[in-house]
Amino acid sequence: MKHLVFTAGFLTAATSAMAQESDQTPELTVYTYDSFVAEWGPGPQIEKAFEATCNCDLTLVGVEDGAALLARVRLEGQNTDADIVLGLDTNLVAAAKETGLFAEHGQSPKLDLPITWEDPVFLPYDWGHFAFVHNKTLEAPSNFKALADSDTSIVIQDPRSSTPGLGLLMWVKTAYGDEAPAIWEGLSDNIVTVTKGWTEAYGLFLEGEADMVLSYTTSPAYHLIAEEDDTKTAATFDEGHYMQVEVAGKLASTDQPELADQFLAFMLTQDFQSVIPTTNWMYPAVELDDGLPDGFETLVQPEKSLLLSAEEAAAARDAALDEWLNALSR
Amino acid sequence: MAERAQPLSARPGWSAAALVAALIFGALLAVALRAETGRGFTAADWAALRFTLVQATLSALFSVLLAVPVARALARRRFRGRSLLIALLGAPFILPVIVAVLGLIEVFGRGGWVSAALGTLGLPPVQIYGLHGVVLAHVFFNLPLATRLVLQGWQEIPAERFRLATLLGIDGWSMFRVIELPMLLRLIPGAFTVIFAICLTSFAVALTLGGGPRATTIELAIYQAFRFDFDLGRAALLSAVQLGLTVLAGGIALWLARGEGFGSGLDRGLSRFDGKTTTARWVDALFICVAAVFLLVPLMAIALSGLPGFADMPGQVWTAALTSLWVAALSTVLLLCMALPMAATIATERGRMVEIAGLLGLAASPLVIGTGLFIAIRPYANPQAFALPVTALVNAITVLPFALRILVPRARDIVARQGRLGLSLGMAGLPFLRHVLLPRLRPQIGFAAGLAAALSMGDLGVITLFADPDVATLPLQIYRLMGSYQMEAAAAASFLLLILSFGVFWLLDRGGHRHAET
Repeated sequence: MKHLVFTAGFLTAATSAMAQESDQTPELTVYTYDSFVAEWGPGPQIEKAFEATCNCDLTLVGVEDGAALLARVRLEGQNTDADIVLGLDTNLVAAAKETGLFAEHGQSPKLDLPITWEDPVFLPYDWGHFAFVHNKTLEAPSNFKALADSDTSIVIQDPRSSTPGLGLLMWVKTAYGDEAPAIWEGLSDNIVTVTKGWTEAYGLFLEGEADMVLSYTTSPAYHLIAEEDDTKTAATFDEGHYMQVEVAGKLASTDQPELADQFLAFMLTQDFQSVIPTTNWMYPAVELDDGLPDGFETLVQPEKSLLLSAEEAAAARDAALDEWLNALSR
Repeated sequence: MAERAQPLSARPGWSAAALVAALIFGALLAVALRAETGRGFTAADWAALRFTLVQATLSALFSVLLAVPVARALARRRFRGRSLLIALLGAPFILPVIVAVLGLIEVFGRGGWVSAALGTLGLPPVQIYGLHGVVLAHVFFNLPLATRLVLQGWQEIPAERFRLATLLGIDGWSMFRVIELPMLLRLIPGAFTVIFAICLTSFAVALTLGGGPRATTIELAIYQAFRFDFDLGRAALLSAVQLGLTVLAGGIALWLARGEGFGSGLDRGLSRFDGKTTTARWVDALFICVAAVFLLVPLMAIALSGLPGFADMPGQVWTAALTSLWVAALSTVLLLCMALPMAATIATERGRMVEIAGLLGLAASPLVIGTGLFIAIRPYANPQAFALPVTALVNAITVLPFALRILVPRARDIVARQGRLGLSLGMAGLPFLRHVLLPRLRPQIGFAAGLAAALSMGDLGVITLFADPDVATLPLQIYRLMGSYQMEAAAAASFLLLILSFGVFWLLDRGGHRHAET
């Protein structure tokens, strides 16, 4: 295989030498999830805004979702092309740190989150509350126990294959601790079905297969703002709502450390953050100068935010999954 | 088996089979070698294995059992729109899972048409979630393929047989027993195995319609090992189990399918003299209608929900559609390069292992194969640059088993009928291929190429692992649209995919059939 390696190396060297003629600008590679890079996602606008300030070429690489993103980086290890990984959430942070692939960000920005943020490795760029989205015509239950007692039907996602599914697992675990298995047993007859990911679940809900779907408090904003459809809302649960905080981090192996730092700083500026609400449909991580877009004031505001620290979430994960499986496999 | 002179060399077929096996096992090995932790086979995995086997067996059984009367009816009847119907029946098979599932749900779901109709009669809605929902969806996906495979069996019976049988006064049940049953017994094990193997690797359908974690398949366990635990050793182990099951099923099917063919006919057009009674007509009509309604109504649902957004689809959808067409074309060429030599080798009865190698593509988990190829390519090049060729190649390998099911029986007959004659004329190798085998195989080649192109259009397997933000296939674009709440645009793009997949299938399949009747 030696000659193959040689040929490949030679070709790469030759093409990059040719490329250098025309292209002196440094390249920053950001791995993120797929919907971030889509035309209607935040990616295109953010790429334009950052390239206007950095004199660099920003390359966004989309990988299915947060869990797949982490798997990809682990797979590539030290040799990864990525300089930044953007799109993990707090449930994945502990595993990400354990790889030793990430470097500290060294920044101390002023954040606007319902919780305090002190992580030295990952910086949040947006956040949201998980919630069950439903049509306004539904009398929605106000907590998990009431939901379990009602005949309201729900669609949820599998924690083994999706980040919202894992979020719901953590939500019930945080709110109910050792009572969680009983809650799941109570819920089992409300669950119409469990899907691979958010996309399938939301699709089933829109087809009218269930009264409610696990999504975010911000989902109704999409329908309201982009489709002028105000029929959707989210149920407020009085035990509190688990949060999803989406984060980005710099890889230790980056060959563009300064540019990577520059990007992380840019991530928390108005240029980046103002794009988030109406493209990623989440809350920005810093206060926006112009406030949130019209329509966001109509969203439900949970009184209590629940969130396990990265370490607690990692420690709770396997046991919570077993409880979930046991309760629903009956 | 004693070696005797053959009109065709076995070497190209063996090479293609070796390439397929090397690719699949190589990818598996690449994943296994990167493994750090390993949890082995757990109790939950046994449960997953059981569920996987049960649902795959039931799905394959129902698909094939239903396909027999439908194919028989289609073989006996000639009516206007028959060929269009046969082509349309192929459509569900090529849809991406989420599109097909949403189409089915619109018809059979709790809020679907059937439930609404039952509601007006004061009856409760149909309950689609559960094992029966999984089987229903798998039959929806696979009945078309099973029907086409079985229909081919009827087509391969020389017309002279039916003529002779009719002259001898054989009709009805006796006709079935004497002529059709032996054909079915030879054909069904293969069709069953192919569908069984497809259903083995199902996971999004099984989970969504299965209703919850009870419906865990091996493929979901692979996903979990990879995404949730990052336990590559386990992912590789589970994937090997999946491969093992397919090889086992394939071996059993090949053993069951032994037996003689029908000998030669004169390639005369098929016309049936039996089945002219009123009862036979009604029974045939019933089966054709039931199959058509079952398969076409969900497709209609997809079309209806896609139409409103069709005019203002985002530009990227059209770009993605072009990309998909390109991948489909490449995939089809690659498929034919592998399938034709392999079919020729199997046809000369020196290819049991070749046949099994051809089945592997079905049972290999796309996640593991994609990851393996990713690991293998990365040290030498940026895998993203290979996203499309790799997608095309993996798609081709996935379609290979179907292609072989389609090509082999006919190729075997041709070699048996014409091989000796060819040899006596000193015609072997390329001339035999050019003048005898390929022209006679044309309908089958068209069908296989059509399937390859259409399946490749609809596939969302490997591309997600390699994807580059600027290059997306149409199915990936549909997922991206849905992931950004753009449900109307996604529905429109799904409809576009349906049209394109069906279009390429129809063109290629028709192209092969200019003189044939299937």
